[in-house]
Amino acid sequence: MLHLAVLLPFLAAGLMIPLTRRLPRLHTGWVALPVPAALFLYFAARLPDIRKGEPLSATIRWMPSLGIDLSFVLDGLSMVFALLISGIGILVVIYSIHYLDRGTENIRNFYVYLLLFMGAMLGVVLSDNLMVLYGFWELTSIASFLLIAFWNRRERSRYGALKSMLITVFGGLAMFGGFNLLYVMSGTYSIREIILQVQTISPEPMFIPAMLLILLGAFTKSAQFPFHIWLPDAMEAPTPVSAYLHSATMVKAGLYLVARLTPVFGGHAQWFWLVSLTGLATLLYGSFKATRQTDLKALLAYSTISQLGLIMCLLGLGSAAFFFRGDVGAIAYTAAASAAVFHLINHAVFKGSLFMAVGIVDHETGTRDIRKLGGLMSLMPVTFTVSVIGSFSMAGLPPFAGFLSKEMFLAAVLHIRELDILNVQVWMLAFPVIAWIASVLTFVYSMILVFGTFGGKLRREELPKAPHEASPGLYLPPVILVSLALVFGFAPNLLSHSLIEPAMLSIYRGLGDELIPSGEAFGVSIHFWHGWTPELFLTLGIIAAGILLFRGYRRLRLLNKESGGRNYLSRLYDISLKGMESGSARLTDLYMTGSRRHYLLYIFGFFILALGGTLLLKPGLSFGLKTYAPVSFYEYVIIAVMLGAAVAVPFAKSRVAAILLSGAVGYMVTLLFVLFRAPDLALTQMMVETVSVILFLLCFRYLPKLKPERVKARVKTINWIISGGVGLIMTFVALAAMGSSPFEPISEFFLKMSYSQAGGKNVVNVILVDFRGFDTLFEIMVLGIASLAVYGLIRLRLEPGDSASRSL
Amino acid sequence: MELVMAVAVGILFMLGVYLILSKSLLRVILGTSLLTHGVHLLLLTMAGLKRGAPPLLGGEADAYVDPVPQALILTSIVISFGVTAFFLVLAYRAHQTAPEDDGGGAREGGEMP
Repeated sequence: MLHLAVLLPFLAAGLMIPLTRRLPRLHTGWVALPVPAALFLYFAARLPDIRKGEPLSATIRWMPSLGIDLSFVLDGLSMVFALLISGIGILVVIYSIHYLDRGTENIRNFYVYLLLFMGAMLGVVLSDNLMVLYGFWELTSIASFLLIAFWNRRERSRYGALKSMLITVFGGLAMFGGFNLLYVMSGTYSIREIILQVQTISPEPMFIPAMLLILLGAFTKSAQFPFHIWLPDAMEAPTPVSAYLHSATMVKAGLYLVARLTPVFGGHAQWFWLVSLTGLATLLYGSFKATRQTDLKALLAYSTISQLGLIMCLLGLGSAAFFFRGDVGAIAYTAAASAAVFHLINHAVFKGSLFMAVGIVDHETGTRDIRKLGGLMSLMPVTFTVSVIGSFSMAGLPPFAGFLSKEMFLAAVLHIRELDILNVQVWMLAFPVIAWIASVLTFVYSMILVFGTFGGKLRREELPKAPHEASPGLYLPPVILVSLALVFGFAPNLLSHSLIEPAMLSIYRGLGDELIPSGEAFGVSIHFWHGWTPELFLTLGIIAAGILLFRGYRRLRLLNKESGGRNYLSRLYDISLKGMESGSARLTDLYMTGSRRHYLLYIFGFFILALGGTLLLKPGLSFGLKTYAPVSFYEYVIIAVMLGAAVAVPFAKSRVAAILLSGAVGYMVTLLFVLFRAPDLALTQMMVETVSVILFLLCFRYLPKLKPERVKARVKTINWIISGGVGLIMTFVALAAMGSSPFEPISEFFLKMSYSQAGGKNVVNVILVDFRGFDTLFEIMVLGIASLAVYGLIRLRLEPGDSASRSL
Repeated sequence: MELVMAVAVGILFMLGVYLILSKSLLRVILGTSLLTHGVHLLLLTMAGLKRGAPPLLGGEADAYVDPVPQALILTSIVISFGVTAFFLVLAYRAHQTAPEDDGGGAREGGEMP
């Protein structure tokens, strides 16, 4: 069943085209809608099992020899994500049915991509096998790429899609490396089995590199600082996509990975610092940048970045519990992780609704620019209500769910001050301080979002469309989401017992037995009213400071409306991308000159260096030959003539002279063959040389005139050096090879067997046609091919515009 | 003898490479043929130039020269002849279509054609 659940969206995506062809009058979204609905029901029906602490698992063998199996596990943590993916999936599909125009958009593609994404995301959160997880992880990147560039005629869409692709795939590949390091250490890709081996693999030298690589993947996917830059540009996607992928699901894949692997890496200080500090930095940076945006979707994008940072930070703080293995104090730190899970759900709920609300505003007024919007309160009451509840939940105001998670967050950062295992207690103060500042900024941009859009005066003349309330189908999904925010706010225990506690068991897997006395579960206590706690006063301070800042932000010029906020990191990305492109182009131009001589110089130069270096460095190359044969006078003369002719070739002034000199070299070689007792060679060489010279002379009239080489002296010198080097190396190689041949040649065999076995007395000819006849066969073929090619070259003349199919 | 041959082979290689590095196509072809000669002589030399009868049985000699490299060289001569003939025609055609004798339009130090 679990396999079927992951497979269902892919099946539906594949069947989308045949299904919709039959039903041309129906909006494609209605065909897609049953998929998330069925998934949601399926997962919801599994809740009781999960609550009892009985994870569901199913395995299909896929590549057993590589340790890669399709094994899926549905435990508490996966359940949270699976419900989010399918539940928000339903709402997003309903929303997009009303949002995308059937007549003008290619909606079939939209739903195919969306279902692909849904299946991939389910695969990510359900996979127990790291390699399968990685596969689905990259599939989410690809689906996201396709969805961001849905309006692919727009340059900005393509830019945003490419940017998100490059960054998330970069992180994904790093993660792939990390997974493989884990495999090398533990011998398995199964997360559950790796967790069992934590004690043995954590001292390994590759453990920390694996951690860093995997974190790189998680940070890029979850848009953590400084890899967040792709998320604001991904806002070029249609709004349902932004709501689904870039607020509720895909960007949480990194958080999922961190939570999932907390039992593996949790007990290490590097993990604690990296995760919590990156999260904190992202939180502050994102909330600061969000206040400066003028585009509503960009504001929401930075807000998402900041909230993701908050959850990441909480996950990091939660891992502190691992330092107190077996201590009662650990339970207090686990509260941070429960806050993380709680806020993860809350964020998906309110951010999804806010995106949809912004989409409605965009849809009904024609703009998302905060400078043009205002006074929509009375015109769009439902959207206004949705935005107010969503934003107040985001700002952390009572009585919404965001208030509770904000309280838990503040409690966690206050508590972390007391963490003294690392002897840096003073610095721990930075956590509550930065968290408080970020919360104030969060409050400010939430207010900007609501009152900038719906408050103030209506500027009707600046709006492209006459504003009016949206259709019920469009505002129904966000209304459902914000009512969830209300429900979770008033009755948080609905969540805490059904979802958060099982999720905590997954995050603190392996620690559970030591941490909790047997039989007890994590006491996740989320109540609407905790009493007069320190974090409540902090919240009051946030509200007060936030209101002051919001009233004065125009004067503070915190919101630089004109430039929309300069973005140095994005510019750095652009510059480095362009730099890489031009750098590689320049590098290629540097050596790929198009000149034949240059390439030959590289080849010969490498030849000299490699062989010369080997000759110099390797011992054991002996030059002492056993016995050199004596030299006679004739041989001296012939060699001298041959070399003389050869040396004259480069200096020949005319074509005829050069050709004749080269012929002379050939005839001298023939004489050498005669002297060295090779009659067949001599014969063949003489024939070939004669024919070659004739060929040269035949072509001669049509060949280019031999102009004296007009080259610079430097070029000539280099040529002489390189060619001299080649000659020298060849001489040395020849001498060294002759000096070190340890075996007897096999020629005795041929001499002995030539007559008795093959019946021939000319041993060379017997070798050619009998012992090694295949050589001869293919040499005949070479000759045949060469003659065909020569014929073709001469006969086949293509005029410009002729096709090559013309016969010879 | 082998020492002298090794030096001669080296010189043939040097001249062949030098010709290949030049601009004119004709020189390049001449260079390849010098290289080929060098390779053939090298093959012959590597077997050792010990005196003996040609590898023709029936002369009742005590020793014969090694027949294997001779067979290899024979094959090589034929192949290099085929290739040279092809190159020659290629040069002829290149000269016809692009009369500049600079290696068929490949520019020196310039951008790719």
